[in-house]
Amino acid sequence: METSFLIEKGILILVIWGITMLIALYSTFGERVVAAYFQDRRGPNRAGPGGLLQPLADGVKMFTKEDFIPNTPNKWLFIFGPALFMTTALLTSSVLPWGDKLNIFGYEVSLFVADINVAILFILGVISIGVYGIMIGGWASNNKFALLGAVRASSQMISYEVAMGLSIIALLMLSGTLSVREIAAQQGGDFLGISGMKWNIFYQPLGFLIFLVCAFAETNRTPFDLPECEAELIGGYHTEYSSMKLGFFLFAEYISMFISSAIIATLYFGGYNYPGVNWVADHIGPNIATILGVVVLFAKIIFFIFFYMWVRWTLPRFRYDQLMNLGWKILIPLAIANIIITGTAILLLN
Amino acid sequence: MSNSIKEISLSGRKIEVSNKEMTFAERIYLPGILKGMGITLKHFFRPKNTIQYPEEKREFSPVFRGRHILMRDENGAERCTACGLCAVSCPAEAITMVAAERKPGEEKLYREEKYASTYEINMLRCIFCGLCEEACPKEAIFLTQDMAPADYIRDGFIYGKEKLVMPLEEDSRVDNSQKG
Repeated sequence: METSFLIEKGILILVIWGITMLIALYSTFGERVVAAYFQDRRGPNRAGPGGLLQPLADGVKMFTKEDFIPNTPNKWLFIFGPALFMTTALLTSSVLPWGDKLNIFGYEVSLFVADINVAILFILGVISIGVYGIMIGGWASNNKFALLGAVRASSQMISYEVAMGLSIIALLMLSGTLSVREIAAQQGGDFLGISGMKWNIFYQPLGFLIFLVCAFAETNRTPFDLPECEAELIGGYHTEYSSMKLGFFLFAEYISMFISSAIIATLYFGGYNYPGVNWVADHIGPNIATILGVVVLFAKIIFFIFFYMWVRWTLPRFRYDQLMNLGWKILIPLAIANIIITGTAILLLN
Repeated sequence: MSNSIKEISLSGRKIEVSNKEMTFAERIYLPGILKGMGITLKHFFRPKNTIQYPEEKREFSPVFRGRHILMRDENGAERCTACGLCAVSCPAEAITMVAAERKPGEEKLYREEKYASTYEINMLRCIFCGLCEEACPKEAIFLTQDMAPADYIRDGFIYGKEKLVMPLEEDSRVDNSQKG
């Protein structure tokens, strides 16, 4: 039992890691193509069929560039920064449920790595450690632009983490659990007579909106990409980075984009649930229903990655004071109001 | 007399900046964001403007001035008589030539009694202004629709007669009829 458990989780970890890497790799390509399409261009389409080998070419380019370390007293921190950023970006995927149970020859496999009962706290904690990678990297660069980018990243993270946490509290009041697996499973219930549609977005539209805005800020995506704005900070915290260290920073950003899309899909859009999940399980088979659920989850994730890109190529960057105003004066009061509304509704309806 | 900016404006075009308060819809940004995202989504499905260069080429205008060609007449004889007017008119001083006298029996090769034994254009100096074309009294030099290709060495850009004179083969002849 013990060995089979380890093998099962080991395979699952490897598969999830591989899929995360693959999706992040192709997000870099997707970002360029989506950007091109929004600007009436075609984007990279020369490397391989339809440009599909472009990420490979980018990777080779990144690896073969000169790995420059600036004259800084903190050489180890300079190397540690991107490594930490990458690690924390990858950590979160361990507590997310990627599907329901799969039955392989009488052996039941649950499609999540670790079902810890404080998964939401774990996610919030790991995400806030993520900014340490940026801070350490920017600080160790010994460069004023990098330092400014790092300072912006940390202040932005602190401001938006509050609103994000508050928006999740309303969700937790509704679900009554901190386990992401249970939150995902709860959303498989009936909504207006359709099975598998009890998605939290219908109960928490305001909370979702706040969470979405905060997720944009946490992943340093436009319109909140102040830590790395090219125009004023020449790249921000990764100004001094080159070669694969820069690659790690850029790549980890796409990984955290993927992870936050997965979190949004799981917390608010039903995770692996889809309308008619019970019908499929009854008529075609529970394994097919589970696999279909995984496909649906990834479709939702890819839609949100596309949404991130869509917003990036639509909106201009916020000014720093606008960013702080939005965070502290609008989102936090809204999130608190959302908690009160949710609490009142729970009290009155139950 | 009022001190409005319109009164003191000399051109009469200055207007006062309006600092009107944002409405509630503008302050919560969301309607504006949705509108903007609608606009970008429309562009997403629009036909693309990109011209896929090596496979697809943009058509040049009929008066495009590309690399030069030295014309032959209807019998295949070179039209150039090495008068040197093109070299004189060239503002970039890109053209050099050496004149020679036609020997008996070479009537099929050269149209006039005098011809250019060497004719060189330095493509790095040439500014493709087309003045050589205009100066030529014999309708011998024309600028074609082709581009001068890139090269790795400077010497490769000095085009001699082997690159400039129109080939004899019928199908690779250049039609300059629309240039007049």
